[in-house]
Amino acid sequence: MPSLNLTSFGNDLYTGKRSINFVGRRKLWFTIAILLVIGSIMVPVVRGITTGAPFNFSIEFTGGSEFTVSGVTDANQTKAADAVSSVVPSAVSKVSEVGDHAIRVQTDQMTSDESSQVAKALASTFKVNESEVTSSFIGPSWGADVSRQALTGLVIFLVLTFIIMALYFRTWKMSAAAIIALVDVLVITLGVYALSGFQISPAAVIGFLTILGYSLYDTVVVFDKIRENTTEAGEHSPRTFGESVNLAVNQTLVRSINTSVVAALPVASILVIGDLFLGAETLRDISLSLLVGILVATYSTIFVAAPLYSLLREKEPAIAKHDRKVLADRERAAVQGSTSEA
Amino acid sequence: MFGGLAAGTMFGDASWQPKLALDLEGGTQIILEPKLEGGQQVSSEQLNQAVSIIRQRVNATGVTEAEVNTQGGRNIVVSIPGKVDEDTRKRIESSAQLQFRSVLVASAPTTTTTGEDGKETPNPKPTDDLSKTPATKPTDGSDLAWVTPYLSAEFLATDCKTPTGAENAPKDQPVVACSDDGTVRYLLGPVELNGDSITDASAGIKTTSSGASTGEWAVNITLAGKGKDAFTDVSKRLFKLYSANPNDARAAFAFVLDGKVISAPVMQGVITDGRPSISGNFNEQSAKALADQLKYGALPLSFGVQSSSEISATLGATQLSGGMLAGLIGLILVVIYTLFQYRLLGFVTIFSLVVAGALTYAALALLSWGQGYRLSLAGVAGIIVAIGFTADSFIVYFERIRDELRDGRGLESAVEAGWKRAKRTIYASKGVNLLAAVVLYLLAVGNVQGFAFTLGLTTVIDVIVVVLFTHPMLQLLARNRFFASGHPLTGLDPNALGAIYRGRAQFRTPEMTGSKKALGASREAQKRQTIAERKLAEAQAANGSTSSKES
Repeated sequence: MPSLNLTSFGNDLYTGKRSINFVGRRKLWFTIAILLVIGSIMVPVVRGITTGAPFNFSIEFTGGSEFTVSGVTDANQTKAADAVSSVVPSAVSKVSEVGDHAIRVQTDQMTSDESSQVAKALASTFKVNESEVTSSFIGPSWGADVSRQALTGLVIFLVLTFIIMALYFRTWKMSAAAIIALVDVLVITLGVYALSGFQISPAAVIGFLTILGYSLYDTVVVFDKIRENTTEAGEHSPRTFGESVNLAVNQTLVRSINTSVVAALPVASILVIGDLFLGAETLRDISLSLLVGILVATYSTIFVAAPLYSLLREKEPAIAKHDRKVLADRERAAVQGSTSEA
Repeated sequence: MFGGLAAGTMFGDASWQPKLALDLEGGTQIILEPKLEGGQQVSSEQLNQAVSIIRQRVNATGVTEAEVNTQGGRNIVVSIPGKVDEDTRKRIESSAQLQFRSVLVASAPTTTTTGEDGKETPNPKPTDDLSKTPATKPTDGSDLAWVTPYLSAEFLATDCKTPTGAENAPKDQPVVACSDDGTVRYLLGPVELNGDSITDASAGIKTTSSGASTGEWAVNITLAGKGKDAFTDVSKRLFKLYSANPNDARAAFAFVLDGKVISAPVMQGVITDGRPSISGNFNEQSAKALADQLKYGALPLSFGVQSSSEISATLGATQLSGGMLAGLIGLILVVIYTLFQYRLLGFVTIFSLVVAGALTYAALALLSWGQGYRLSLAGVAGIIVAIGFTADSFIVYFERIRDELRDGRGLESAVEAGWKRAKRTIYASKGVNLLAAVVLYLLAVGNVQGFAFTLGLTTVIDVIVVVLFTHPMLQLLARNRFFASGHPLTGLDPNALGAIYRGRAQFRTPEMTGSKKALGASREAQKRQTIAERKLAEAQAANGSTSSKES
């Protein structure tokens, strides 16, 4: 019976009637993964060579220029942003009103030539004297100290996760596979980010952190099924270790698809609406990192984490012994089957 | 939770709406200018250090996501959501240089002396012809040899109304300083200890030596290493003076903050554990503010407010509503997809999401009241993403139920068995998320802390909803005749799920479920076959009998 809907597809995956060989064809998947990672590393490197900066960091990280226009009667934020982009089209500006009669524009770092032009443009936009526009350099609000603390937190989190997963699953190899898959996700997401040329803003960083959590989360869900399949059947499992892992991935495949669709739908809608209709940088920055991250995280769990885990454990003497026995039994049965059929 | 919020709105200043962050609501921008003397220059190192300390101080008041940065290589700009009160401003700008000095002389700040004739004569101002160097070399910080004629005159002329300039006094010299409230003037010895030897500081209610609460707020500080040793030495010396004469002014020890004596307790015992506590005119807020200031360190410079003005949001209301609209559209897409995938079961997901959403909203409103939480646009996006995380718990759960149905269980037992397995997965995976949230919240600052807070909150709410709402609801539904019938609309149709494919005769009876785990597991292993196994089984079946092959 040809099954078109996801439910019967799920049935087939569950019973093993239909099976996608995630574990067996791992050489192919690993090759693809390595190519993707290399590609993702190359993008920022090439960007760094051609444009001078591997990533496009926002003013919260790099600092930039600040203009204050005083004596403004009609403080329109969009007008101010337009005035800046009329001089430097690529500049991203954060505009806010200060008090009742002043407007503050923060932009990327400008050369002194550019900033005097921007000052002129702002003065004419708001119909004030040029002397009412002051400009100065501002330092990063997300300084090195903030990054350092965030990184410390991250490293401690990863170490703790490694330990806790190792305790929960009773093997450090699952932790290792999960963390490697996580690195894979982060590298690819960063690569796509560099490719898009979007600014890395604090919002984007928050997006990366969310992805980090999502990736681990997704891996734990699938690994828990693997744990069930590989431990509960025990020594009497009629399957090799790799087959058990593969069955678990297949059995959770429908869940993986459903979850990533459900998680990705709202994010995709924010990305489309934020980028096309609103031009809201914050929304765009965070939703791109999230969308890419969610899809890559799901891919990475299935194609990297699970096959990697199988690879790490197959060589263990007990598992290798069991696998040999299973294969031998199967061969014997097949021989018997074919002889009796003949 | 809603009850708490309702009570908060009625009796407190809580609001039904969460407070918004800087990017959505605007706030106050304070420009701080360093107070420099003479040709003093600000180095970028000092400025960065000051930014870092001020950021920690600001964030210590709650999860506000304030922005702190330098301006023009000289000033520091602090942007805080909402209005800024006097307390917050003080907490940010004061340098918080804490010094420990021994008291040499203390008295009320009267600048006149009543003579024998009953006439008041003003005390003479110190003049340069008075000696400024001690006659004999002082042996320790409590040695009265520090009191030179010049210093003595300066002390007697101090009225505590004009600033004494003690905050800029050299550390190795004695100094005249006044108490915080200006009622006592002190002649203090050189600095015995600096605020940087403090390793920790916290606010708490002071207790007596017997452990009873005095109801008075104090700042407890912890000194370690050299600071602890130095404090022990001072403590021993002052206690000796106290034992000799309990009324000796020199038995007191002064905590000098930014040139003002905030507390000068008498050393009534020897403190060797390096944990003195400072009591003064503290209330809860001021004690906490000082504790934070001491913990995060003194600013390398003193700053003064150059300007303080309201700033508007950088993102207009259109962006927030646009974000909301996007989220809503996304949600509708999720609803359509879930209904398509899970039919009527999809409604359970949707109801659960609604409950989770309502709880999250209430929690945010409560926390922005109690903890000063502020919702930024990034936070809004984070919550929208949380839909995915939350929905996943249901998806994991439903798929497990379906798996159990495929194994031929009846609906009720499938729900129970599916829950048993799903529960473990959900706890494990949510545990990882919660761990991430807690670690990042404790260690990071600023935006990252705000993110961690939202993540942790949604994770906890998610688990609560799935355990206390979704599962009981499914248990109820399983008893419902329509659902139990496995009608295709329920999304739990055993036929569609292929349970029938092994034949009705192989349906497991509910009584056997869960009775023996090993049995269940081996049965399950038998049923879940790989392609190779199926072929094997088929081959064996063909071998054993001539019955027609089934596929």
